Amino acid sequence: MYLIFSFTMFLLGGAMAMVIRAELFQPGLQIVEPEFFNQMTTMHGLIMVFGAVMPAFVGLANWMIPLMVGAPDMALPRMNNWSFWLLPCAFLILVSTLFMQGGAPNFGWTFYAPLSTTYGPPSTTFFIFAVHIMGVSSIMGAINVIATILNMRAPGMTLMKMPLFVWTWLITAFLLIAVMPVLAGVVTMMLMDINFGTSFFDASGGGDPVLFQHVFWFFGHPEVYIMILPAFGAVSHIIPAFSRKPLFGYASMVYAVGAIALLSFVVWAHHMFTVGIPIAGQLFFMYATMLIAVPTGVKVFNWVATMFRGSLTFEAPMLFAVAFVILFTIGGFSGLMLAIAPADFQYHDTYFVVAHFHYVLVPGAIFGIFASAYFWLPKWTGHMYDETLAKTHFWLSFVGMNLAFFPMHFLGLAGMPRRIPDYALQFADFNMVSSIGAFMFGATQILFLVIVVKCVRGGEKAAANPWDGAEGLEWTVPSPAPYHTFATPPEVK
Amino acid sequence: MRVHAKRAGVLLGGLMAPALSMADWTLNMSPGVTGTSNEIFSLHMTILWICVVIGVVVFGVMFWSIFAHRKSSGRKPANFHENTLVEILWTIIPLVILVVMAIPATATLVDMYDTSEAEVDIKVTGYQWRWKYDYIDEEFGYFSTMSTSRDEIYNRTKKTENYLLDVDNPMVVPVGAKVRLLLTANDVIHSWWVPAFGVKKDAIPGFINETWTRVDEPGIYRGQCTELCGKDHGFMPVVVKAVPQEEYDTWVAEQKEAAQRERELTEKDWTMDELMERGEKAYASACASCHQADGSGSPPAFPALKGSQIALEDMDAHLDVVVNGVSGTAMQAFGDQLNEVDLAAVITYERNAWGNDTGEMITPKEVFEYKNQE
Repeated sequence: MYLIFSFTMFLLGGAMAMVIRAELFQPGLQIVEPEFFNQMTTMHGLIMVFGAVMPAFVGLANWMIPLMVGAPDMALPRMNNWSFWLLPCAFLILVSTLFMQGGAPNFGWTFYAPLSTTYGPPSTTFFIFAVHIMGVSSIMGAINVIATILNMRAPGMTLMKMPLFVWTWLITAFLLIAVMPVLAGVVTMMLMDINFGTSFFDASGGGDPVLFQHVFWFFGHPEVYIMILPAFGAVSHIIPAFSRKPLFGYASMVYAVGAIALLSFVVWAHHMFTVGIPIAGQLFFMYATMLIAVPTGVKVFNWVATMFRGSLTFEAPMLFAVAFVILFTIGGFSGLMLAIAPADFQYHDTYFVVAHFHYVLVPGAIFGIFASAYFWLPKWTGHMYDETLAKTHFWLSFVGMNLAFFPMHFLGLAGMPRRIPDYALQFADFNMVSSIGAFMFGATQILFLVIVVKCVRGGEKAAANPWDGAEGLEWTVPSPAPYHTFATPPEVK
Repeated sequence: MRVHAKRAGVLLGGLMAPALSMADWTLNMSPGVTGTSNEIFSLHMTILWICVVIGVVVFGVMFWSIFAHRKSSGRKPANFHENTLVEILWTIIPLVILVVMAIPATATLVDMYDTSEAEVDIKVTGYQWRWKYDYIDEEFGYFSTMSTSRDEIYNRTKKTENYLLDVDNPMVVPVGAKVRLLLTANDVIHSWWVPAFGVKKDAIPGFINETWTRVDEPGIYRGQCTELCGKDHGFMPVVVKAVPQEEYDTWVAEQKEAAQRERELTEKDWTMDELMERGEKAYASACASCHQADGSGSPPAFPALKGSQIALEDMDAHLDVVVNGVSGTAMQAFGDQLNEVDLAAVITYERNAWGNDTGEMITPKEVFEYKNQE
């Protein structure tokens, strides 16, 4: 259910991205007005982050963590139920703001005050409420994951024997519990500013607009890792499976994830290099941010070493996983460039940043989700998916994605600011290329729906372990996995 | 093997296509015209090449595995999964690279923060959606608004060369002098950026940020606001004209004189027609972006003025709204933004344009008295 919901949201958010790219296809205003354009960028960001990527990972966790740790189901089923049903409510509220007087939130997914408070549309209060509900849902999801992992592992499965997907989710869940309340706090302060006359973020009342950014990014930066760590975990299963070789450096992988999670709490101000923080702060956040490259590098090296001298085949999950490693690394490189504070003055809030985080999120989170879906579909449905179609899906997505986002690097370096509905003539050529790529990527995703429906309805029967080299408890049970799988816990040696 | 080669071709093609087919499109940052921007450019190139080298090595090993270690070529998998030495090495080496990178970055940053000993001070204030430049030492200032017409934006006429990047009054700086910029904003957060200078700094309401630049070559340099600031965020360009010192001095003298003349205008006796004429211009630059050129507004955030209670009834209430703004809404206080003449002209215009035929006018003197009685 999480997965269906998240795919619906993915298509909705994607449709908004198509509106954005259609407007940016040529210079001049053709399709939408600037007000509506800002609503589209805001809603696209919010829906993709909170509606598509996060629920998709929670969905994967719900399905796979019990199977992986040898438990019958998640620890707290009722809470799970509630946490899911809150999501459609939250997004109903959020999407309904589009039809309200004054329009939907139009201040970007980062909703910087005072643009979002004093100058925000009346629907902002609904947006705040929706964010609160999403936050509650995420926190409950996270509690459930932690309870399941810590209490319901099969006998013999020590922490350092847990599958990496379980490890990454455990750490993600702690991140969620740590930062979602911070998000709730910051939107509550906004609520007060808007409706009850306080001035947390209003300088004329003694408040501080920059405080908003500090609090928001204290949530925002770990949030970025919440969206990528589970994908790290999934890819760490897929690459060894199709390399027919154990994962290289299991222990260092676990430590690297832990290090990334810890560091993510002390780098938030690298989103704010231009707000005028003192030079000592600037230097600290620059160094801390550069440090993140070390554990991330370790992970990439480990994946490559896993492939090295393996016996490789390239089914759809492996294709997505390999593309994940390559493209995520490119996103990591641009991230490293952004970390250099003086250079960031030139990159900040340009399309270079847009290119960077789409390289991290699309091939990172989204490709990670596709790879996991293809990898585990046989286990979920008991049928094999259509390999030819899946490979077509991969190649079209891969080419479309690069065509859409690679030119954005050039646009940013040439000086195009982000979040503008119209641009100067020198940016026209690459914007057109980027739009074409985006349409291609967007249209391709319909194919994924076709593949999944086809797989659910029938197809070649899947064996308990359809992949040569896959390992783990989930592959020891028949496909599809029976209801309440491990009624008696399996022994793990 | 041919299939593999083809796959590889597509893979590489996907990565390289944008780079190869458009060799003459702008791909890279430009070095710019200031010391700072040149330093940033060299940092940018260094880190870019470091990334490229690491990329070539890592992806090289990866592609080697993809081609040489396939199951279809009959490979048996090896079974190693740990090597402490290698793991320590690939933790230490990136760390060393980072330290090497951090040293020049720190030096540049320290230099960028050194705003001391400036020869010219300019206060830059962000408004929705234009910039104001105040030459603090010379006691004059003016607004800089985009001059690209709506017709160009809506594709009704051909777009000019500097589409969206042209303003009515550019900021003027002398070549070779250290110019200190003090940035703040009147409403929401804006960000002032000229790529050729390597200067970008947020303009935050209630705060004053400092930065500096020294332009070495005369010319016109263009940039944009880079922090989402509402509807017309994409339509508030920054244009800076760098001129030789003598030309700058002449320009400053002219501006001071013009500012003095403006102040004297308050004393003049204005006729309705003069006020209407001036009001139309002032309205177009200060009010039209929200309330629209035809006074229809875009409700509910920006109410219509055409036929509105405020514009038709009590004059004092109208004056109060324009001078002091309406707290809690997007209506700003224009009392400090416009001079008495423009305030009087705008109010008179609003009460007599678009069929608001009150026939009433207010003079700059009356506005002056109103502002000083408070």
